[in-house]
Amino acid sequence: MKILVCISSVPDTTAKISFSDNNTSFNKEGVALIIGPYDDYALARAVELKEESGGTLTVLNVGTSETEPQIRKALAIGADDAIRVDAEPTDSFFVAEQIAHIAKEGNYDLIMMGRETTDYNSGVVHGIVGQILGIPSLSPVMELTIEGNTAKISREIEGGKEKLEASLPLVLGCQEPIAEWKIANMRGIMSARKKPLNVVPPVGEALTSVTNYSMPPEKGACKMIPAEEAEALIELLRKEAKVI
Amino acid sequence: MSVLVYAEIAEGTLKNTSLEAIYYGSKVAEQTSQSLLVLAIGKAENTALEIAGNYGASKVLHANSSNLEVANIVAYSDVLTQAAEKFDSKIIITAKSSLADAVTARTAGALQAGVVGNVTELPDLSNGFTVTRSIFTGKAFAQTSINSDVKILGLKKNAISPEVSDVKATIESFNAEISEGAMNAKVVDTIKATGVVPLPEADLVVSGGRGLKGPEHWQPLLDLADALGASTACSKPVSDLDWRPHHEHVGQTGVKIAPNLYIACGISGAIQHLAGVNSSKVIVVINTDPEAPFFKAADYGIVGDAFEVLPKLTAAVKALN
Ligand SMILES: Cc1cc2nc3c(=O)[nH]c(=O)nc-3n(C[C@H](O)[C@H](O)[C@H](O)COP(=O)(O)OP(=O)(O)OC[C@H]3O[C@@H](n4cnc5c(N)ncnc54)[C@H](O)[C@@H]3O)c2cc1C
Ligand SMILES: Nc1ncnc2c1ncn2[C@@H]1O[C@H](COP(=O)(O)O)[C@@H](O)[C@H]1O
Repeated sequence: MKILVCISSVPDTTAKISFSDNNTSFNKEGVALIIGPYDDYALARAVELKEESGGTLTVLNVGTSETEPQIRKALAIGADDAIRVDAEPTDSFFVAEQIAHIAKEGNYDLIMMGRETTDYNSGVVHGIVGQILGIPSLSPVMELTIEGNTAKISREIEGGKEKLEASLPLVLGCQEPIAEWKIANMRGIMSARKKPLNVVPPVGEALTSVTNYSMPPEKGACKMIPAEEAEALIELLRKEAKVI
Repeated sequence: MSVLVYAEIAEGTLKNTSLEAIYYGSKVAEQTSQSLLVLAIGKAENTALEIAGNYGASKVLHANSSNLEVANIVAYSDVLTQAAEKFDSKIIITAKSSLADAVTARTAGALQAGVVGNVTELPDLSNGFTVTRSIFTGKAFAQTSINSDVKILGLKKNAISPEVSDVKATIESFNAEISEGAMNAKVVDTIKATGVVPLPEADLVVSGGRGLKGPEHWQPLLDLADALGASTACSKPVSDLDWRPHHEHVGQTGVKIAPNLYIACGISGAIQHLAGVNSSKVIVVINTDPEAPFFKAADYGIVGDAFEVLPKLTAAVKALN
């Protein structure tokens, strides 16, 4: 089985968000980048599938050279090789176009992604890729087992879940508890340095672009209610906040 | 040309967030001097769809064949794409949800459309087509220009407050050709909690964290939720420990919600938790620790033991009714 795992490189959730150049660019200074947390689940399950049934595991990122530490980390966790499409991943369609292009050339059985990136939370790249390739896309996937050419999947739906069976090839957007996040061990980190990382130029063009960033207004102070008078809260929610 | 809103049907009725999207769509149609069409896919009675008229739609296209009864991402997207083509829709609008994201994504792929989610305001047409979207889970906004011929917008919950009329929409059935691949993914079983409002739709949410100390202690929280008619949620450790079902887990790696009221009990307010709830209009925090970080993100706070506070709140709500 040939597996392609697509990882995004996103600011750590605890990172302080600020903008520069008159609010036209995201200030990356001092911001720690991580593999998208959902993508990390996809990667973890892909590593397990490879261990169970053999095959190859390639990781793909659309990004500039600053994402190389995240790619190396994915290699250390267990991917065999990596591809980086050398471009800023600002537009969902553009990112999907790159992934579809690579996927077509590589003939993968499974294309695994996270359900969404944690910076823009779009949750659309897998669907666009599936459509371009003419194969089904399913998300958010919580369980995945492969039997021969069939994938057995459980997918979250609002208020519950759905069990599905589908034949490969497939595009999947993954989330927990599909697998536990994996940590690279020393041997993995050493071998990752020697694994191939191919950098390729992008195809096509972005359909959207960010023109400006802005911040929401500051939150007002929290009104404290003594525990002994907790009932008073309900009155405030009704008369002051008007939410019940 | 027309503005096309894809409205989701859940258990036979149009979702509230979809009604917001219809209203938003009617405003975009006004802005761009086009007509508005609503597409609803799945099983529903005409009387349940006519309500789209209250939100500004004069016509609802209803696709309702037997193979569309269960939400199927590929099939639904085929329907949406063909409706957009038939009615020459260059602007497609939907209320953001995991189903709508998946469906519009494939339509974006088919129509080479720029797609932007978490939109919070009406588009700015003064220089091309620019929308404002919420990014970094509510910590900032990005003004984003869409340069493709077809544009797809995913509206964030609570971004717009609809004015409601009593106009009824007319319903017209719509048939589309479903691609063969659609039925490749076969649903073999569905497990669903019925009768509760799904979290992404909920206006009132009561949520519990590790501070409640075990699944056997959830009753006071459930009682308050019941009295309020609220949905229930939890922090990630709580669902990891199987105290509560996974679909209740909110946060960066869970469901993102935007209720009018979020009541957090025994939750510390880690940044990853806030990432899923900071779009709530009003946040109430109940925590024994006055230093809990959640108070910084709250509108109302009670420093106290949830097991003492919750019954008092429940009694006060019941006294209202
Ligand atoms: C990549 C990543 C993603 C994550 N994603 C998520 C996510 O999506 N959602 C999420 O929730 N977390 C997420 N987390 C975990 C997050 O960092 C926190 O660990 C988690 O939110 C803490 O849960 P908690 O507040 O329930 O528990 P705790 O942090 O243990 O807090 C319990 C709180 O209860 C209070 N308390 C104790 N007893 C009482 C009582 N009797 N009455 C009232 N209060 C009481 C305590 O003072 C304390 O503040 C993520 C972490 C990482 C690293
Ligand atoms: N720049 C990128 N490079 C590789 N994969 C990506 C990139 N951006 C998004 N993805 C994948 O697509 C998934 C959905 O992303 P999105 O639609 O942007 O929320 C992510 O979880 C990743 O697996």
